[in-house]
Amino acid sequence: MSGILVVIEERDGHVSRASWEAIAAGQKLATLAGQPMNAVVLGAKTEQSAAEVASKALAKVVRIEHPLLAAYTADGFTLALQQFFAAEKPDYVVFPHTYQVRDYTPKLATRLGQALIGDVTAIADGPVFTRQLMQGRLNGSYRPTGSGPCFVSVQAGAFRADEAQSGSAQITVFTPAIELAQIRTRPSERFRGAAQTVDLGAAQRIVGVGRGIKDAANLPLVQELATALGAELGASRPICDFGWLAMERQIGSSGQTIAPKLYIALGISGAIQHLVGIKGSQCVVAINKDPDAPIFEAADYGIVGDLMEVVPALTEAVKAAQ
Amino acid sequence: MKIIVAIKQVPERDAQIRIDAAGKWIEESGLQYALNESDAYALEEALQLKEKHGGEVVVLTAGPERVGPTIREALAKGADRAIHIDCADLNKLDALGVARLLAAAVKPENPDLVLTGLQSDDLGQGQTGVILAELLSLPHSTLILHVDKTDAGLTVKRELEEGWFQTIELPAPAVLTIQSGGNKLRYATLMGIKRAKTKEVRVVTAAELAVDAAPVVVLERVALPQKQKSTQMLTGSPKEAAAALVEKLKFEARVL
Ligand SMILES: Cc1cc2nc3c(=O)[nH]c(=O)nc-3n(C[C@H](O)[C@H](O)[C@H](O)COP(=O)(O)OP(=O)(O)OC[C@H]3O[C@@H](n4cnc5c(N)ncnc54)[C@H](O)[C@@H]3O)c2cc1C
Ligand SMILES: Nc1ncnc2c1ncn2[C@@H]1O[C@H](COP(=O)(O)O)[C@@H](O)[C@H]1O
Repeated sequence: MSGILVVIEERDGHVSRASWEAIAAGQKLATLAGQPMNAVVLGAKTEQSAAEVASKALAKVVRIEHPLLAAYTADGFTLALQQFFAAEKPDYVVFPHTYQVRDYTPKLATRLGQALIGDVTAIADGPVFTRQLMQGRLNGSYRPTGSGPCFVSVQAGAFRADEAQSGSAQITVFTPAIELAQIRTRPSERFRGAAQTVDLGAAQRIVGVGRGIKDAANLPLVQELATALGAELGASRPICDFGWLAMERQIGSSGQTIAPKLYIALGISGAIQHLVGIKGSQCVVAINKDPDAPIFEAADYGIVGDLMEVVPALTEAVKAAQ
Repeated sequence: MKIIVAIKQVPERDAQIRIDAAGKWIEESGLQYALNESDAYALEEALQLKEKHGGEVVVLTAGPERVGPTIREALAKGADRAIHIDCADLNKLDALGVARLLAAAVKPENPDLVLTGLQSDDLGQGQTGVILAELLSLPHSTLILHVDKTDAGLTVKRELEEGWFQTIELPAPAVLTIQSGGNKLRYATLMGIKRAKTKEVRVVTAAELAVDAAPVVVLERVALPQKQKSTQMLTGSPKEAAAALVEKLKFEARVL
């Protein structure tokens, strides 16, 4: 087959949003490389997702189906794709950068003597792939130099799902040979953490606090601002990791997704895992002492300064305006 | 239980980052370094497992001479000994190359468990542990918050997206990549710092491990991200900036 292959991920029986973005990225790569594009869906029942994907401009959609692919396992998915690649020999394989993809694609790439270029934010002629370094403070340009397929996963939000072009693809089925004994991990059903008592998803104003607060003893400062604004308190991951605020207040890829009218990020650097959680915010304010902090790129308004000084001033200004 | 923890030294979080003259990496002179955050949680999990089940915790790192203090820090927290793969040009390797070095050092140790952090704060590849598992032909799981040793092997708590979790059972030995937040991190005690001075740090050179480290992926250039959004910056004293911001939020964004 050669060409570009996009590996689709399902969520609740449908093609996930991140997969549509991966298709858009694949189309970019297909244009640059002048190659055809195909997609695969993996699972025990893939008819529905395959039909959804086949509505895009792809040469072919392959359903890689096996009862042992019903639940995701790294061993199962690696075996299935390894066998498929042996038959079809793609030049580039594009994945959405999800937790599942993080779990097995480095293994798959290693098996073929390759290394994944992960969490890619842009693709340029070459092809050269851009990914973030130093927690988003730098960009790195990566070039594949190996001889096998080039593995790429794309960052959530970097490519636009609605840019995936429409078409009508042929659908085929591939049946891998997998045995139960080859699957070494036994995953349980997914479950939620402790009962949620704060619903940040519904809050209209949220004040988010990050590691810049330095000490739990400084939290009242932020609480006062939240109170003055009538806002909920949210946090970046480290604050919850340290136990300074409850885990349910964590905003980001592994926490809550928010969509308030106003989000104020205090001493938060703006790592991608935090940013994906705040994308739905109408107005974002960032206060950070580092003028180059990536959070400013996501903000409508910014103040460069020490939050220990700016926050009390802001609390006063908010009170004065009421 | 013999547990190997792969730890990486990375630039300190608040360090001023400058791009080097060749535009290929950051200027390393004058930088402060620290233990990678998720590796600190991996070490903590290992130490707690040892406290419960006995055994040994060995820390393993590949890096230049400067990683010494980071190794001592891990030993001071309670690791029993260390293996240092002396490798001056770590940046010339890709994730596969680094993992090959680590695998070569792990293999003769025959550990019951290998832990890594889930992601390095500098390169952020999030793959070294998974590659290591494949090179060692071991089962693995990623984004792990908690590890229980069972008669059959291991039961681990895995983080999923958006506040979901999953339990995974897998046989040991295995490789696990540890997510932050599963435990509270300990500090090194004075006694621990003293003891660390006498603990074994075995240095092997990358050349001695004789692995094929020719890269299949090359980092060609590093650059500052281009600004795309025009963020309105509010300046002046904290009081002035705060007042200006409230004005904007009230009359321009209309969110107050
Ligand atoms: C798989 C995975 C999932 C993750 N999930 C999440 C998630 O759901 N949510 C999340 O938030 N993170 C998540 N993370 C972690 C994420 O990568 C970052 O490490 C984290 O968001 C950083 O938090 P922070 O911005 O508070 O801390 P830092 O990155 O340390 O930033 C602190 C900021 O405070 C500023 N600062 C310091 N002092 C002051 C001061 N006095 N005044 C003003 N500013 C100051 C600094 O300039 C810096 O920008 C995840 C990571 C991984 C790998
Ligand atoms: N040079 C290294 N020495 C030891 N461990 C490393 C090294 N590089 C990466 N690791 C481990 O692999 C994890 C993931 O790194 P990365 O794949 O670069 O994101 C880190 O958290 C470390 O535990």
